[in-house]
Amino acid sequence: MSNLNSLTIADARDALRKGDTTAVELTEACLTAIEGAGALNAFVHKTPEMARAMARAADARIQAGDATALTGIPLGVKDLFCVKGVPSQAASRILEGFRPEYESTVTRNLWDAGAVMLGKLNQDEFAMGSANETSCYGPAVNPWKVDDRPLTPGGSSGGSAAAVAADLCLAATATDTGGSIRQPAAFTGIVGLKPTYGRVSRWGVIAYASSLDQAGPLTKTVRDAAIMLGAMASVDPQDSTSADVAVPDYESLLTGDIRGKRIGIPREYRVDGMPPEIDALWHKGADMLRDAGAVIVDISLPHTKYALPAYYVIAPAEASSNLARYDGVRYGHRAKLGQGDGITEMYEKTRAEGFGPEVQRRIMIGTYVLSAGFYDAYYNRARKVRALIKRDFDMAFADGIDAILAPTTPSAAFGLGAMDGGDPVQMYLNDVFTVTLNLAGLPGIAVPVGLDRQGLPLGLQLFGRPFEEGELLNHALVLERAAGFVAKPDRWW
Amino acid sequence: MSITEDQARKVAHLARIAVDDAALPALARELNGILHFMEQLSEVDVTGVEPMTGVTPMRLKRREDVVTTGGMADRILSNAPDAREGFFAVPKVVE
Repeated sequence: MSNLNSLTIADARDALRKGDTTAVELTEACLTAIEGAGALNAFVHKTPEMARAMARAADARIQAGDATALTGIPLGVKDLFCVKGVPSQAASRILEGFRPEYESTVTRNLWDAGAVMLGKLNQDEFAMGSANETSCYGPAVNPWKVDDRPLTPGGSSGGSAAAVAADLCLAATATDTGGSIRQPAAFTGIVGLKPTYGRVSRWGVIAYASSLDQAGPLTKTVRDAAIMLGAMASVDPQDSTSADVAVPDYESLLTGDIRGKRIGIPREYRVDGMPPEIDALWHKGADMLRDAGAVIVDISLPHTKYALPAYYVIAPAEASSNLARYDGVRYGHRAKLGQGDGITEMYEKTRAEGFGPEVQRRIMIGTYVLSAGFYDAYYNRARKVRALIKRDFDMAFADGIDAILAPTTPSAAFGLGAMDGGDPVQMYLNDVFTVTLNLAGLPGIAVPVGLDRQGLPLGLQLFGRPFEEGELLNHALVLERAAGFVAKPDRWW
Repeated sequence: MSITEDQARKVAHLARIAVDDAALPALARELNGILHFMEQLSEVDVTGVEPMTGVTPMRLKRREDVVTTGGMADRILSNAPDAREGFFAVPKVVE
């Protein structure tokens, strides 16, 4: 069998069970692909010895007839997840040298299922960014390109998306605080699932904004997303916001039948200046779902416009609090101190050296909006607007809407460095279609639907009801089948 | 509302991030740009709306208030930039 690394999880699982291949062969194929893909800068800490040992154990488990869907499947892990003994630094200098003494619940679940750890994947520093350009490792690069210009794989889970799209691994873990799973999925032509808040444990995932952060998979297909979510999700007593909701067998819910389902098209997502190609793709997606027997309904989510400013108050506020722990005392970087420097200078120098400019900016914005005199004007107002944004969705679902269809991003992947120029707000606008979901805590999935004029992938996203990922995945499966997106980037790396 | 250089200095200090005086004007400008973007929120009528604290209408989990783990000082200190005799070491705090 050639190109084992380009298999989907479902196909690899079937091949492993039939004895057509082994976990060791699958893993070696991925390790070779990773070695040849340095130009993508996707894997930033490789763990080949660990991978080989886990693959051997997986083969023994398959032999013993004790395999799960993920046994022997080689995965990449976003740097944000703590993996015991493996550098885990959220792509930040401030966590240089940090090797966790513990395992995140998500990776623990994956290893318990028999998955194989290939290494840690690039991302934006502390998941703050939309182009993977804030990483201390330098940017990950999109395997898709149209000319000599390197393109962004998106952010923050840019390394995860680049690795999956380039077949360096079969799937990857990622996190989504404002779109960090779905936007990179759209930019690289793969599937990205952001689960309901509380579906996947946050324990051991380095925190950015705790009320918004949610881990999920980046995969080659919708079916693989169902398999990965089933393994990543759990009810976890170590995360107080982990929901007490049993994890269903998501794959078994993929019937491909959405007849009679009501799909909402939110008019507020038709924003000024939206490229006609994105609008056309959106129409095409609605037609595909209609052809499959769904009913397309125009809906209104009136507070959509305010999601982005609300997000950029709430997320930095939470970040300023979460990132207070990086003080040069317990782990990571500590600045060299001058004569007479006390503990305050230690904190201030350590954090100035350890955090990159975007992280510093968000910590300071968060500090400002939480400071005395501004708390009500910014933070409390943003939280009230957030309640209204969630109410918009609640009302749509109460009206009998089963899923909502929207574009994932306002453009295809852009050039690395294209947003340099000093206006952080321009970069924030990338998240215009994705942040609403995080504010409302809902599940969403990005599906590749077509290529733009230049030949770059474009995606659509579906939003679902809370804890109804099974139904959401089923809608996504229908869209995936109808779109028939099979394009792969030409290998240049 | 707009941020002066003095306020930018104060925010940087509250955030415990050292910022050179020379960098303060640019920082103030950037923060102002972001805050200006957030001003849109003042257009929304939020009368009678409770600020949202969490997305799921569930009560945070409770557990018995008992010690569940411990006795791993060496593991906790293993990543410290400076640990001595079983403690985190920091510059002198009290004169």
